[in-house]
Amino acid sequence: MIPALGLLIGLAAGIFLHPTVPLALQPYLPIAVIAALDAVFGGLRAVLDGIFNDKVFVVSFLSNVVVAAFIVFLGDQLGVGSQLSTGVVVVLGIRIFSNVASIRRHLFQA
Amino acid sequence: MSQPAPPAPSARKRLMLMARPRATKANLLAALLALLLGFAVATQVHQNQSQGLETLRQSDLVDLLDSATLEATRLDQNARELQVTRDELVSGSTTGAEAVKAAQERLDALGILAGTVRAHGPGIRMTITDPGAKMTYPLLLDAIQELRDAGAEAIQVNNARIVASSNFGPTASGIEIDGLSINQPYTITAIGDPATMSSAMEIPGGLSENVRQLGSTINIAQVNDLTVGALHTLRAPRYARPVPPLP
Repeated sequence: MIPALGLLIGLAAGIFLHPTVPLALQPYLPIAVIAALDAVFGGLRAVLDGIFNDKVFVVSFLSNVVVAAFIVFLGDQLGVGSQLSTGVVVVLGIRIFSNVASIRRHLFQA
Repeated sequence: MSQPAPPAPSARKRLMLMARPRATKANLLAALLALLLGFAVATQVHQNQSQGLETLRQSDLVDLLDSATLEATRLDQNARELQVTRDELVSGSTTGAEAVKAAQERLDALGILAGTVRAHGPGIRMTITDPGAKMTYPLLLDAIQELRDAGAEAIQVNNARIVASSNFGPTASGIEIDGLSINQPYTITAIGDPATMSSAMEIPGGLSENVRQLGSTINIAQVNDLTVGALHTLRAPRYARPVPPLP
């Protein structure tokens, strides 16, 4: 409940404050957001599987974000930033889909 | 929470359990992370909507530049083709106007020659009074021929226009030209160089001398601008046909 409230508050703050992303962070923010979404859906799935652990969630969330950003950073340094971002997004997208499928099976038995 | 349970009710129950506010440190941390995530999502969406070129990567910029250059080249070529078409159209219309002008000039020249248009310009006007009615048509024909020699371009005798096909003949009271009877006094109007024509009329053995020998009087006046107003009616040739030009 509290994390869900936090998500809503964060969304509202982002919408109403119109923050600008620092130039250095601009390539990494979208990837980080996707990675965090992956972690959130993974957490939700873990809750439904009955293996949820707060600590695991926090750690996986942070590591997901950091690793995704790092991969993109590395890609940028190697000159394949856009391709690597695409790759990361594809991988995370697949994971999100499989997590959502699992959640759906738990909630709707379908 | 870790022991297996029947899926559906217990999964939902677990969700409800999880949704209860619990003030553990990890839960608060998760809330903070969720808050950050929401903030980041909203920020990124906003950023993406207001994104300009400055946020793009170098390779994307190069792609953009390439496509812009390609587009510019294509438009350039397009513009050049249109320019050429425009030039052609413009020169085409000038050629057309010039052709019309040339045709009009030709029409005017032929009209004056054929006697189908009125003509004006410098020339001479001769008036012959012939009280003894001694004038004959060969004399008049000689005078016309003399005028043509002197460069007359349009000639009128009284109300008859003299053209290439004009024929002269006698009548009981005088002369007829193209079937029109010409009575005294004879007025000959000719457009051309006034000085040349009047001196051609005055030369020894010319019209003036012949007319005076007949006891008639002739008056020659040089005029700066006179009008040959009589018109000749064209008839389509009955026998003559143009020979087609050689290819």
